[in-house]
Amino acid sequence: MMSNKVILEVENILKVYPNGIVANKNVNFEVHEGEIHALIGENGAGKSTLMKILFGIETPEEGRIILNGEEVKIENSKKAISLGIGMVHQHFMLVESLTIAENIVLGNEPKKLIFFTDKARMLKSTKECLKRYNFNIDVNDKIEDASVGVKQKTEILKSLVRGAKILILDEPTAVLTPQETKELFTELNTLKKQGHTIIFISHKLNEIMEICDRVTIMRNGTTVDTTFVKDTSKQEISNKMVGRDIVLQVDKKPAKRGKVCLEAENLVYVNGIGKKALDKVSLKLRKGEILSVAGVEGNGQAELAAILTGMIKPVSGSLKINGIKIESLKPAEIRKNKLVYIPEDRMVNGCAAKLSITDNLFTNKIDYFLKKGNIFLDKKKINKQSEFLVEDFHILCGSINHQVQMLSGGNIQKVVAARELSEDAEIIIAEQPTRGIDAGASELIRRKMVEFRDRGAAVLLVSADLNEVLELSDSTIVMHNGKVNAYFRETGNLTVEELGYYMLGVKKQTETEVNAIL
Amino acid sequence: MKKTNKMSVEQVHTWFEVLRFASAIFIAFAISFIIISFSIDSPFSAMKNLFIGPLTSFRRFSTVLELMIPLTFGGLAVNIMFKANQFNLAAEGALFMGALVSAIIAIYMPGPSGLVMVFAMIAAGITGAIVCAIPGILKVKWKCSEMVVSLMLNYVMLYFGTYIFNQVARDPNSAYKASYTFREGVTLSNIISGTRLHSGIFIVIFFVIATYIFMFKTKWGYKLRVTGSNINFAKCTGIGVAGVIMSSQLIGGFIAGVGGSTEMLGMYTRFQWSELPGYGFDAVILNILAKENPAYIPVAAFFVAYLRIGADYMYKQSDVAAEIVAIIEGLVIVLIAAVAFLAKLKHKMTTKASKNLLESGGAQ
Amino acid sequence: MSGVIDSIFSTTFLFSVIRVATPLILASMGAVITSNAGITNIGIEGVMLVSALAGVLASAFGYGSWFGFLIAILVGVICSLVIGYVSMSLKADSVLTCIAFNTMAVGGTVYFMYAVVKDKGTTIALNSGKLPSIELPFIKDIPILGEVLSNHNIVSYIAILMVLLVYIMLYKTPLGLRIRSAGKAPNALSSVGVSLLRTRYIALGISGILGGMAGAFISMGYVTWFSKNMTAGRGFIALAADAMGNSTPIGAALSSLLFAMAEALSYSLQITSIPSELVQMLPYLVTIIGLVAYAIRKNSLDKKKKEHIVGE
Repeated sequence: MMSNKVILEVENILKVYPNGIVANKNVNFEVHEGEIHALIGENGAGKSTLMKILFGIETPEEGRIILNGEEVKIENSKKAISLGIGMVHQHFMLVESLTIAENIVLGNEPKKLIFFTDKARMLKSTKECLKRYNFNIDVNDKIEDASVGVKQKTEILKSLVRGAKILILDEPTAVLTPQETKELFTELNTLKKQGHTIIFISHKLNEIMEICDRVTIMRNGTTVDTTFVKDTSKQEISNKMVGRDIVLQVDKKPAKRGKVCLEAENLVYVNGIGKKALDKVSLKLRKGEILSVAGVEGNGQAELAAILTGMIKPVSGSLKINGIKIESLKPAEIRKNKLVYIPEDRMVNGCAAKLSITDNLFTNKIDYFLKKGNIFLDKKKINKQSEFLVEDFHILCGSINHQVQMLSGGNIQKVVAARELSEDAEIIIAEQPTRGIDAGASELIRRKMVEFRDRGAAVLLVSADLNEVLELSDSTIVMHNGKVNAYFRETGNLTVEELGYYMLGVKKQTETEVNAIL
Repeated sequence: MKKTNKMSVEQVHTWFEVLRFASAIFIAFAISFIIISFSIDSPFSAMKNLFIGPLTSFRRFSTVLELMIPLTFGGLAVNIMFKANQFNLAAEGALFMGALVSAIIAIYMPGPSGLVMVFAMIAAGITGAIVCAIPGILKVKWKCSEMVVSLMLNYVMLYFGTYIFNQVARDPNSAYKASYTFREGVTLSNIISGTRLHSGIFIVIFFVIATYIFMFKTKWGYKLRVTGSNINFAKCTGIGVAGVIMSSQLIGGFIAGVGGSTEMLGMYTRFQWSELPGYGFDAVILNILAKENPAYIPVAAFFVAYLRIGADYMYKQSDVAAEIVAIIEGLVIVLIAAVAFLAKLKHKMTTKASKNLLESGGAQ
Repeated sequence: MSGVIDSIFSTTFLFSVIRVATPLILASMGAVITSNAGITNIGIEGVMLVSALAGVLASAFGYGSWFGFLIAILVGVICSLVIGYVSMSLKADSVLTCIAFNTMAVGGTVYFMYAVVKDKGTTIALNSGKLPSIELPFIKDIPILGEVLSNHNIVSYIAILMVLLVYIMLYKTPLGLRIRSAGKAPNALSSVGVSLLRTRYIALGISGILGGMAGAFISMGYVTWFSKNMTAGRGFIALAADAMGNSTPIGAALSSLLFAMAEALSYSLQITSIPSELVQMLPYLVTIIGLVAYAIRKNSLDKKKKEHIVGE
């Protein structure tokens, strides 16, 4: 039941990080009891910082937090939990090797004889909680075997079990299929009926319009506006977020497909825990096209990208670029074929956080920036090119010598893109290139990919963002359980729901249909 | 843009590092002072002796420089190996073996002394490279933790080296455990009479410059820094990381070996080390003090050498064990490495600087 | 040479293996706990060394060997907690902190030794305490087994008991659950409001107790003095045992026994004509070989797993 009673209020928050970045300034924000309140903004807008403050992970330099009419200080997560604030993070905080029940009781373990864990009581109490909130999962399963949707439910349960009245969900649908998202929304409505309040952080305008009651927009570290969802539109929200009209649609000429440049045949890969992550995957990538690999994360896309870029070797199967077998080559050699790679996890594979922006821009092409004799770095040439790239890609930074880790997520991704998308790239492998970054950066990166495609490059886009897949790609394949279960030559004819069915494995094409790509 | 005389964020950061260094040193000395005052009656004079010891005579000051030489070699070696993000501590064993190998060559190899010395140094370097390569290969091939292996390897090298020494070089007529003397003239020339300071100081200066240039001006150094910063990224972006790691361990080991050789040929006429000299372990301390910048290693080496010679003097004059220096050094590096030391104060000042910047309308 | 073989297959040899293994087992239990909590605890070497001196001094100037034992444990805990404070709260890199601590330990113990007994070599001038040996009733009368197992220093029996206690603690108690979470998924702990810091401090404290016991044994169990750097790398060997044992109590204990055998062997061989330096090399060489063997085996197991699945 939504009321007008203000349950949580945030007043004039100021947060400055040790590296000098002002993350929150003049932030004012209030949440009504029993509502689902969306918080939207570009990366670097300050919403994750605000949430960290509410959950005690960070403390503000200035400002007040008022809960149920009383001012509170939230020094740590324990205090936040005791105040009834729970948080479900975007990257799950679960212990893989323990069961769901153990993860739920962690920190509140029932004891017998003072020192020992009471397993029976643990199972009983978790099952009771499941019933109360209508969650349908088996608490004896190990987390490492559970699906993403189940993991998220476990995370929500963790908060509920500790008495959370206010739930903060950080990009909760980023890793869910359309069907799982529907389930989540049903659960959220159940929670709402039971009197809980939900703060919903998301980039997905469609979902915000669907399930949220009110929306607060943040920009450049400040709260810009709060309105009722029914009183506004996607365009309006988007404008407030960036202060200019963002093109939500991609202007794309029809594809001019050339010859096949990359061929994968019956790739098989077994991962660290013995599972077949890739089960005889074949595909052909042609010049001048954008081919999407759609699918819920964890169905083999990551392994496919890793094999295509030489990070891992397939157990069997072959991979050819321009007719040359490359499946046993290292990344260094594969890149000689003018292949570039925007990795999924930019901090792990995409940059050296403690080195400067300039240092990060030349790692794959340093040999072209040497003085005569090929030993010494040509600093002048390097700095000139670095400044050019920073401008071309609108990278927001103090100087080209700043450490990459001082930039916001979107700007780091732009550094990665600036490095990879250099003039002579012929095969572009892009893995979740716009995940978790602001709309402006996303638009720029997508525009660049289309530019390259128009120049004749081949783009393999691995993306779990359905709208991106539908907007951007010429053709699409869908991966499910390590297999390709669908191929659509013209993505333009595909709907979101259809795509969702294939992604979840509800529908499956015949082998002939799938092999049409070959 | 309005000019402001308040500090920018960067200036705050630099000023802070200086403040942290100074506080760390001050606190370390203060605590040591307190410790000393428990065991002797005149702690003030003891501390005075510690500080001015090296300045009491020209000769004594020269010992500081003499000690700087092997310390700097060790520091450079460890700097390069650590830059690849490998905690390879075998520089100690490499230095020891390098010294032994060059001693044996100095005893037995015929020929003009200049040639013999060059040969000895190169052989020492190669020996050191081999020693440090072992933990490197084990890590690259089989993901074996290089830290424990390198620590064990140092002990293995000590005993193995001593065995070889006993078999090949030991002088049975000598009163203490020492080798035969090096051949006539096979010694680095003395550059200041009245001291033991030898031309090895020019060799080490050369290596400092070479290391700095290597690290920041060549493509190999660039690849090394990228690999050390994020090995997954380096691999993904096409850098041959196995080669980079191996070569960094080899180069580091080479420098350590040459360091051992320089020390042997500059300061001794016989091989007489029965324990590991410790320069390789000290090198870790130097690197922390030098903030991993090869250009600052000699400065850090000077600081540590000065401290040790001062402590020796303090021992002779005030009967306070020189090992108190270990406590001082430990405290200094811990406080320097402790990022959170004075972090709150730094944060406050950074906040102020940022706010000022926003208020004066400057870009963030 | 036959004399050597005889001496190895003797009860005296096995007896000495258990004696030599005692500090390794204790220290490796400490390493297992901190590994599970996600801490690199290279400082164990220094903790053992400082505790060894503390025990000797306390027993000489205080109330005997048991008092010394307690003080050694207390000092071990304090040192470990300080290391924890510096690396976790002051945010110094933990490897560097531990290296700094070990350096301070080597020099600092010599300093204090000199300050007290005016000797930089050993404290033998002090009449410091000795922890008693115990004859196990019943067991001592069993032929062969009795000679191997009975009449050990009480700390050896404590060490065996500790393996059991650490096992129970890690796998059957909430504390163990939290320690294991701290290592495998530190975010998970903070997400439920359990202090990651506190859990790690507790893990360090327990490893300090174990390290203190190990140090006390070294200076008060077999010999009754402290000498410069007497731990001689045993703390690092304990880390190797932890790695080889895959951070499990049983695995680490067995690995410790293996390394202890190498050390005991090196003592037996010293009376032979094999050069003593090569013999002294033995324990360290065996440790390296053990670590390499473990790494090779792990790599090939991973490979085999993949091949097996594909073969289906």
